[in-house]
Amino acid sequence: MTAALLSALLSHWWRNPVQLFTLLAGLSLGTALWTGVQAINAEARASYDDAARTLDEGQLAQLATASGAPISEQTYVALRRAGWLVSPVIEGRLGSVRIIGIDPLTLPRDTGAARMMTGADLSGFLIPPGQILAQAETLNRLPDTDAARIATPGAAPGVAITDIGVAQLLLNRVGQIDRLMVTPEQPLGQRPLADVAPDLLLTAAQGSTDVARLTDSFHLNLTAFGLLSFVVGLFIVHGAIGLAFEQRRPMLRSLRALGAPLNRLIALMVLELAGLALIAGGVGIALGYAMAAALLPDVAATLRGLYGAEVAGQLVLRPVWVISGLAMALGGTAAAAAGSLWSLARMPLLASALPQAWGAARTGRAQVTFALVLLGLAGALTQWGQGLLAGFVLLGALLIGGALLLPPILRAVLHWAEARARGPLAQWFWADTRQQLPGLSLALMALLLAMAANVGVSTMVSSFRLTFVAFLDQRLASELYVTTANPAEADRVLNSLEGTVDAVLPLLSMRQSVAGQPVELYGARDHATYRDNWHLLQAVPDAWDALARGEGVLINEQLFRRAGLGLGAPVPLAQGGALPVLGIYGDYGNPIGQIVLTEAEFRARYPEVTALRFGLRLDPGRVPDLRAKLQADAGLPASGIVDQAAIKALSLDVFERTFLVTSALNMLTLAVAGFAILMGLLTLAAMRLPQMAPVWALGVTRRHLALLDLGRALLLAALTGVLALPLGLALAWALLAIVNVEAFGWRLPMSLFWMDYLRLGVFALLAAAVAAAWPAWRLSRMKPARLLGVFRHER
Amino acid sequence: MSVRIWLLLMLLAAPLTGLAQGFAGLGSRAEGFALPSPDRVLQFPADHGAHPAFRIEWWYLTANMTGPDGTPYGLQWTLFRSALAPEDGQGWGAPQLWMGHAAVTTPTAHHVTERLARGGIGQAGVTAAPFAAWIDDWSLTGPDFDHLRLTASGPDFAYDVNLQARGPLVLHGQNGYSVKSAQGQASHYYSQPAFALSGTLRLAEGEVKVTGSAWLDREWSSQPLAQDQTGWDWFSLSFDSGDKLMGFVLRGADDYTSATWIGADGTVTSFKDGAFEARPLTWHNVAGRSVPVGWQVRLPIRGVDVTLRAVNPDAWMATSVPYWEGPVTLTGSHDGVGYLEMTGYGE
Repeated sequence: MTAALLSALLSHWWRNPVQLFTLLAGLSLGTALWTGVQAINAEARASYDDAARTLDEGQLAQLATASGAPISEQTYVALRRAGWLVSPVIEGRLGSVRIIGIDPLTLPRDTGAARMMTGADLSGFLIPPGQILAQAETLNRLPDTDAARIATPGAAPGVAITDIGVAQLLLNRVGQIDRLMVTPEQPLGQRPLADVAPDLLLTAAQGSTDVARLTDSFHLNLTAFGLLSFVVGLFIVHGAIGLAFEQRRPMLRSLRALGAPLNRLIALMVLELAGLALIAGGVGIALGYAMAAALLPDVAATLRGLYGAEVAGQLVLRPVWVISGLAMALGGTAAAAAGSLWSLARMPLLASALPQAWGAARTGRAQVTFALVLLGLAGALTQWGQGLLAGFVLLGALLIGGALLLPPILRAVLHWAEARARGPLAQWFWADTRQQLPGLSLALMALLLAMAANVGVSTMVSSFRLTFVAFLDQRLASELYVTTANPAEADRVLNSLEGTVDAVLPLLSMRQSVAGQPVELYGARDHATYRDNWHLLQAVPDAWDALARGEGVLINEQLFRRAGLGLGAPVPLAQGGALPVLGIYGDYGNPIGQIVLTEAEFRARYPEVTALRFGLRLDPGRVPDLRAKLQADAGLPASGIVDQAAIKALSLDVFERTFLVTSALNMLTLAVAGFAILMGLLTLAAMRLPQMAPVWALGVTRRHLALLDLGRALLLAALTGVLALPLGLALAWALLAIVNVEAFGWRLPMSLFWMDYLRLGVFALLAAAVAAAWPAWRLSRMKPARLLGVFRHER
Repeated sequence: MSVRIWLLLMLLAAPLTGLAQGFAGLGSRAEGFALPSPDRVLQFPADHGAHPAFRIEWWYLTANMTGPDGTPYGLQWTLFRSALAPEDGQGWGAPQLWMGHAAVTTPTAHHVTERLARGGIGQAGVTAAPFAAWIDDWSLTGPDFDHLRLTASGPDFAYDVNLQARGPLVLHGQNGYSVKSAQGQASHYYSQPAFALSGTLRLAEGEVKVTGSAWLDREWSSQPLAQDQTGWDWFSLSFDSGDKLMGFVLRGADDYTSATWIGADGTVTSFKDGAFEARPLTWHNVAGRSVPVGWQVRLPIRGVDVTLRAVNPDAWMATSVPYWEGPVTLTGSHDGVGYLEMTGYGE
């Protein structure tokens, strides 16, 4: 009997292939977007872990100078000879590859680098020209060097290991060490650090890596997008399943009347849905994989540019996201089908075979109340919410609340229009539109969400871009930036610059910790460059003069927000007490806090720090000449001289790539929503015949009816679009003012981009038109016999 | 003491944990290294220093000691030099690599630690006069080779002892040119077998004042030896009579033995294969291997027939390449103390 029941149940799908397609496609698309995002996240996280494991960053204590200045080899040897088991590390970039120089003889045993060295030819590694160990793909990105290239599959992407001596040569930093890894087990009788190397700071093992924390917000963003897409996909699935259950009510009643037990029927339907979910999930995972593979290079570029985090350009099939994709497909189907199964379980044996007014019950008072509660929650969170998670809850509440409110609002609007309609056809049009609303509301909600997300995200991105470009223009005021390897080279550069430029601005910097936050300290020379170009968000009167007198400091917005340091608040500095905040400046694109002191204050407090980087002010036309002169006279490598235009181009490129992924996901969501409308209309088409046939019988042509249908779809899409705009702007505001502040530490001014919204509206109408065209065309070509048939049938 | 050449080569040839089997690259870079010569007259103090033109070299010290309560202790301090190329130099790229082993053995515990270092940056090295040999914070230093201070430290032990020579240097073989095989392979080899030692051990239970005697070997060469043997057992014995005996057995298809007798009066006599005999008496499981820690040792020609017992049977050197090395006590025809080194006992 089971086989017979199953074939009866499945026969529905054979007779309604479009419905089957809807179900599978909706679920596949939702799963694909979810899986794709998960795959990208999993890949990126795995890459960070690999990279961090190379030197067990965070797992080992470290020694470094407070100023970030290099450690001398003498200091290293002095520490070793004082019983400190430390191992030197130098890091730098060759092209786009992160070069890590290590000493294999003192390297702590359990580091990833030590594992990479297993089986290596040690003498080849140690003796110049040495060897570079990295993944083959990374080796290809390396510029030409004398060192032998050894493909090492276990290496982290974008990371190359070489001997410290070789690395010093490659990086043009002979004699320098960036930091020392401290072996966990130290010998007895070690001399105190303060006696041996007083200028070094010991950082305890941390357990997590900076890059993981920095990129959390980025991944949370992606996850939210994935989830949003999946929810949109679920709207489609819910629609398809609901329709299928409604249409099978007569069959189910017949089967039960013939003696099929209810339990077995339900069990079989669950089985059927699970099978469909697995198929759709599998397809979705494959699609998601393809999507992730296509997007990953951009994501990798984004992460590298924004956070310096390396991500492999190639995707690995990881069980984590395959399982998560299938679980989402099954869970989503269960969620979408739960209501239908529940009503089936409670269906009286002799219930009417007529489909219920499908979905009509959903638009009741309860829904409005729930929507208002969600919007209230969102409002409350803007006032009292804390943290990134609250930000995302706010976004979720806003979007779902807005979506739930859509059908009641549309109904009210249609009601209002119907009351003002003149003529029977117009009245029928409005009434019929309202009557279709329950069946289309899920698709329209999907469209609303997609459009709102589009408006919100594009507003955020465009606002960000506008601010960022202006910020770059202000901040990168110097025409040329010069980086020297050591104080001697810096002196040579300064000497050769004598009298050739308008101003030399030394960039003095060091790192320290303020209120538990890592912070960069800068010593700025009092020069018009800063006064003219730095825009202060908040400042005491005559802040620049006060700064020049050494009466306080300027801090960036990130530090202001994270450490809660307002104007006048004392900023604790490592040496010589605290200085008050004189002003707060915007600092976009930088993940960590900054403090600016005058050059004199800085030099007095940190005499051990010498300036190795300089900004040069000069006539832009003379930049190429000066560059050549610096290379010839001071022997600076070309990589040590960067002009303003190049930095700007690089920064903008990073920016564009950052949001390329976002806009791609945006368009995909919109496409899914368009598809939802198509499927909604197709499934409704058959059910609406009884309503259409009488109108046709009264003399309205099929063509006219089809045009009315097309117009109806456009009307609903337009109304949805109009409602999506305020929702999207609210979303943009939440992203800019709340999520961004939490994630990145800065607040962006919100700008409006009406042309973009208009274009989006046209896209949405186009999507609706395309979606409605095929059902309308089918209606216009429908055989009159089918329409006549309505009057023959019972129903 | 050819066995120690093998020890070093074995250490360097085997893949170090997390390091490189690349040390084996040694074999292909043999060209250009200086070779030991019978015509060379050792010059002191210059020859106490390093010989970077030779491939391998060591300063190898073992000591038998007693605490205030009569507890026996053993101590080891070894500095190996291994050249990747026959040249000195400055900086990271210089081809001189150094390895240190340090250990303290008590009747109930055996503490071991190891260090690796580059010569070119000053992390390890040896100078002849005033004498200084060091790797990291470990050092063997003094105004001359007869008055030395020895220090080493590990996570669970440290020591700081003074050494006073109680006799002349002993030049092995022909004026310090020590032939190692029938094929003519050789090394330059001398010892100071009679240091009086006093100092302090730092252990988990606290500081222990110790006194005793130490034996320092100096050897350098460039030639790898044939490796058909599976391992060796090496003995350095100090009899209460003041005489000393060094002997070893190379285990292989045919065991090969060699010995040196150093009389209390300073006379040195070498014995060829067969004169020296060593037979395992008791076996002990350590680090998953079965190792003989009790021995019968005989040199009939000098009337020696003694039974050796390890002070601590667990004196396992868990270094990059593991081996057994620890103090022993002797009974039988002679009483005394000594050091035993055993390699090649597989898991």
